Amino acid sequence: MRGYAEVVAEDRSDLPGQIGDQRRRLVERLAGVGAVVAVVSGKGGVGKSAVTANLAVSLAAAGASVGALDADLNGPCLARMLGLSRDGLEDRADGVHPATGPSGVRGMSTELLLDENAPLRWKGPGSDRFVWQGATEAAVLREFLSDVVWGSLDYLLVDVPPGTDKIGRFLDLIPRPDQVLLVTIPSAAATSVVARSATFLAEAGVAPVGLVRNMVGYAPASGGAPLPLFSGPDMNGVSEPLDMEVWADIPFDPRLSQLTDAGRPPGAGCEGGVGRAMAALVARVESARGGREEPGP
Amino acid sequence: MKFLCVGCDQAMAFAERQLPGDGTLTAIFTCPGCGREVAMLANPMETQLVSSLGVEIGGRTVPAQPMEQTRSAMDRPNQEAFRTDAEEPAGIAPGDAVAGASAADGPPGSWAPVTWSEGATERLGRVPNFVRGMVKRIYADYAQERGIEVITEAVMDRARSELGLEGM
Repeated sequence: MRGYAEVVAEDRSDLPGQIGDQRRRLVERLAGVGAVVAVVSGKGGVGKSAVTANLAVSLAAAGASVGALDADLNGPCLARMLGLSRDGLEDRADGVHPATGPSGVRGMSTELLLDENAPLRWKGPGSDRFVWQGATEAAVLREFLSDVVWGSLDYLLVDVPPGTDKIGRFLDLIPRPDQVLLVTIPSAAATSVVARSATFLAEAGVAPVGLVRNMVGYAPASGGAPLPLFSGPDMNGVSEPLDMEVWADIPFDPRLSQLTDAGRPPGAGCEGGVGRAMAALVARVESARGGREEPGP
Repeated sequence: MKFLCVGCDQAMAFAERQLPGDGTLTAIFTCPGCGREVAMLANPMETQLVSSLGVEIGGRTVPAQPMEQTRSAMDRPNQEAFRTDAEEPAGIAPGDAVAGASAADGPPGSWAPVTWSEGATERLGRVPNFVRGMVKRIYADYAQERGIEVITEAVMDRARSELGLEGM
């Protein structure tokens, strides 16, 4: 009896073809995006979303057209941080148009698709959800990329949730993001996790990867040098094993977190060290892209 | 997955898909040689796994709709998440020219003109808002491709039958 590979016949289902169509839609949609910038860590609680939101508004304030995608489907907060309206998605003939915040940043997040305080749940068999949940979430992330009418963007920032598996899921969809920002904090425990992500990215051949050291000391309201926020070795000592180029050192400033939580991230417009750090990050991101071309007529 | 008729040594051809509505899937295959039929019965877990890939057993009858998997897979979503365009802020009114899929003459993203009867409008209005735009687009596409100017309930029934839109 012939085996699978020996039986060749018309396949009306053409599942590989359907998967290929999905990929093609994604590539076509992102053709209008100048640079996809992934904000990753591997570790939770290091401030990826806040960095994403503040970088997005900073780039927008510098004149760039910016989109922000919250890839953290189960713990979304980017819509809130960007001040996106909960009824801001538009269902139009050419697709779903993203919500636009007061800074002009266009965004997409499961936060916009869920009722307030409602957890994300999928329809399906009630037990052994792990069998299919990953595939469902990968498909939803693909649709966020391919079916949202992002339009012409200079930057699409993607806030990737914790876990190297989530970085892998993102790279399955976009194997070569134009830039990756690897966010860490001055904690040896956090850095040990981030180091795994750095290895993951290096083995995937992703570059450039810029290290963003967040919460590097506490910025006193009175000004002056940042004070230590964590005990133990300083940031240089902690991040030395990562052996990566540092793109920004962002001090902790409660004003930044308060404004960001309120949907008004100040970004480079923040007073003091945070603002300077965000401005430096914007310059580094723009430099890595090779300078932003001015929009055509 | 392929099915081979051992007696004829021929690959069986997909013939029909059935979704009974209990989460299971039935796919019927026929041997082109002897005509024997075999039904593949998938349990809810197997059906869900295939569905999670965003593919259709037996091939697609309509093009993939924007965020169709997100909309069909989310449980208890925010029903007010999607707004239609500015020309149509509160849904559609009977007799209005709305809800086409691609406007040749309009600005990008605008709806091409297709008219909906009162009955069709009411029926579409019963579709949950979260998926209504997607469903509307499918019916409008169907009408446009066939030169149908007014979408009636009969047109919707015909589209469901021809396109295999179980559950819409």
